[in-house]
Amino acid sequence: MSLSRRDILAGSAGAAAFGALPYRSAKAQAANTIRIGVLNDMSGMYRDISGMSSVVCARAAVQEFAGRGFNVEVLSADHQNRADVGVNIARQWIDREGVDVLLDVTTSSVALAVSDICREKNKVHINCSAATSDLTGARCNANTVHWTYDTWMCAKSTGGAMVRAGGDSWFFITADYAFGHALERDTSNFIRAAGGRVLGQVRTPFPGTTDFSSFLVQAQASRAKVIGLANAGADTTNCVKQAAEFGITRRGIKIASLLMFINDVHGLGLQTAQGLVLTETFYWDLNDATRRFTNRVRSAMAPNMPAMTHAGTYAGALHYLKTVADMGVAAAKADGAAAVARMKAIPTEDDCFGKGTIRADGRKLHPAYLFEVKTPAESRGPWDYYKLLQTTPGEEAFRPLAEGACPLVRS
Amino acid sequence: MAGHSMTSSSSAPAGPQEEIFGFTKAQFVALLVMFAALVIAPFFLYPVFLMKLLCFAIFACAFNLLIGYVGLTSFGHAAYFGMGSYIAAHSAKVWGLSPELSILVGALLAGVQGAIFGWIAIRRQGIYFAMITLALAQMIYFFCLQAPFTGGEDGIQAVPRGHLFGVISLSSDMTMYWFVAVIFVACFLLIHRIVHSPFGQVLKAIRENEARTTSLGYRTDDYKLVAFILSATLAGVAGGTKSLVFGIATLTDVHWSMSGEVLLMTLVGGLGTVFGPMIGAAVIVAMQNYLAEMGAWVTVIQGVIFIACVLAFRRGIVGEIANLLRVRL
Repeated sequence: MSLSRRDILAGSAGAAAFGALPYRSAKAQAANTIRIGVLNDMSGMYRDISGMSSVVCARAAVQEFAGRGFNVEVLSADHQNRADVGVNIARQWIDREGVDVLLDVTTSSVALAVSDICREKNKVHINCSAATSDLTGARCNANTVHWTYDTWMCAKSTGGAMVRAGGDSWFFITADYAFGHALERDTSNFIRAAGGRVLGQVRTPFPGTTDFSSFLVQAQASRAKVIGLANAGADTTNCVKQAAEFGITRRGIKIASLLMFINDVHGLGLQTAQGLVLTETFYWDLNDATRRFTNRVRSAMAPNMPAMTHAGTYAGALHYLKTVADMGVAAAKADGAAAVARMKAIPTEDDCFGKGTIRADGRKLHPAYLFEVKTPAESRGPWDYYKLLQTTPGEEAFRPLAEGACPLVRS
Repeated sequence: MAGHSMTSSSSAPAGPQEEIFGFTKAQFVALLVMFAALVIAPFFLYPVFLMKLLCFAIFACAFNLLIGYVGLTSFGHAAYFGMGSYIAAHSAKVWGLSPELSILVGALLAGVQGAIFGWIAIRRQGIYFAMITLALAQMIYFFCLQAPFTGGEDGIQAVPRGHLFGVISLSSDMTMYWFVAVIFVACFLLIHRIVHSPFGQVLKAIRENEARTTSLGYRTDDYKLVAFILSATLAGVAGGTKSLVFGIATLTDVHWSMSGEVLLMTLVGGLGTVFGPMIGAAVIVAMQNYLAEMGAWVTVIQGVIFIACVLAFRRGIVGEIANLLRVRL
């Protein structure tokens, strides 16, 4: 078979046209597509409070925005609770995949690092499940919104309730990274302000600690009335279980789980968890709106149930998409800081948290609920776990704007 | 060091092949291919990925200097890599040093650390040497976990890349890439120079038969110590560069699994070859990058590759290719 020069020319021109076509349409499509990257722990100790369930919730928010003239894609990745892995993925997502917003981002150490990347690259970081109050404090920036809760809120609500109930001497078991340090610091401030004393603390390696016996014995030896658990997820459940096995709780020492989620209670079982006091900003059985939301997502995330972090992921994504619809896709994609500024200007409203606002430092304001875990007799079935003790309105639940030392506020 | 070493080792076999700048013909061709790849790659591949690859290539080359040419299997090289990483990050962030100085400070400290640890470790061989280096590295890990300046589990975050020589901003990935590429080439050529110097000949003699080298009048401990320090320093360069590329230094860099990873890279690429560690680093880093979605399976795959390497092609990728073509690479 012989090929003439014309054949080759025609062929190559055709190939070029064919090659260029899908590329161009892909480009045009990309300009009209918002890409959400859900970056969290998919395999480790925080997978129940984030993981794929958060992706389900982000998709639920996206579904509500179908047919609004722009496309939304959701990506997800596992940062393994390691800051270096998180930074790596965030950079690659932003540089190569055109991700516009990083959502969820469990684990405070990773969240702080990702927050810096989003500022550097001018993208949006909506944090829904990291705890450290530094995200809206000393290390706040114009590209970050901190949605669900923070260490200051937990410290005030749970810590404050414990002190009021007579727990005036404390010993902390603290996860040795940004979150644990922040939670211990914030809680200690409240204890001292209320006239209590902190007798000591022990820092446990994170992640990877499963045996807390030596730390619990040390805490018991301090003769503190309250052992404060400045940790989360599997760390907390392990501590609570092992404290029960050691008979610490039977001897009248109170365990304060400063940060606990409904999934942790589920894992512990009511027999062990009953009577624990904890703070969440969302409970699936709180009101009609929360039950409505839960019904929408629970089949997709079974056997898990939405915790406040999942609700935050949904609500954060929803509010961001609302903002995008308001300011236009091109403007939102071009300038992350502008998108966040717009998010702060528009009041929030969703099924999970009701009406709320985002403050200048990036703090989302909504009520905090103090719950007590039901006894097995009180519970009507699986996931019916909480009794509402107290509601703190959004304005009082979080650290006052002036006390956070956020550089955005000072100016 | 023995004063007469230079004269006696210069008469060591130079090899029948003609050499270009100390490279055999095959090596020189491979070197040109490598330069071409270094120049072309950033236009097709993600520069940050390439920079990570180059940092690990430096690390693996430094490691190869010790395991491949002296026959010392260190199992604690993460200590020097991680220390270089932390010190460089701290210098750049807290002391505000320019990037080249930060890396230099990191490398020097890793070298000093290498001198102390090497002095202790080279007294033993084989498994004992590996265990001593591992034990010392674990001490460094614990130090990094507890020392206030390292930030514990958070690491040192938001490390600025800064301005090269105080002038050229490295914030763009492309500029940073060229900086890293130059560091890599410099380290690569330095290691090649060391290996092919009279000093390097003695190192290889130690690898082949230490007792005989001693009987020839070399103070082998001194040679081993110098090689150890050089290797540790270059590992520090790799760590320091990595921390500037990613803007973060964490415990991952000093963890013992990092020591295992660099061993794997060197073995996969080819022990004691010039280009092997680089190829090994490329294979492992690419795997970690492109298979990341498979989560924990990456380590399983790595393990399988390690076993396959040790069982089927013990010379490593480059070693097998060299053997096939009957050249030295």
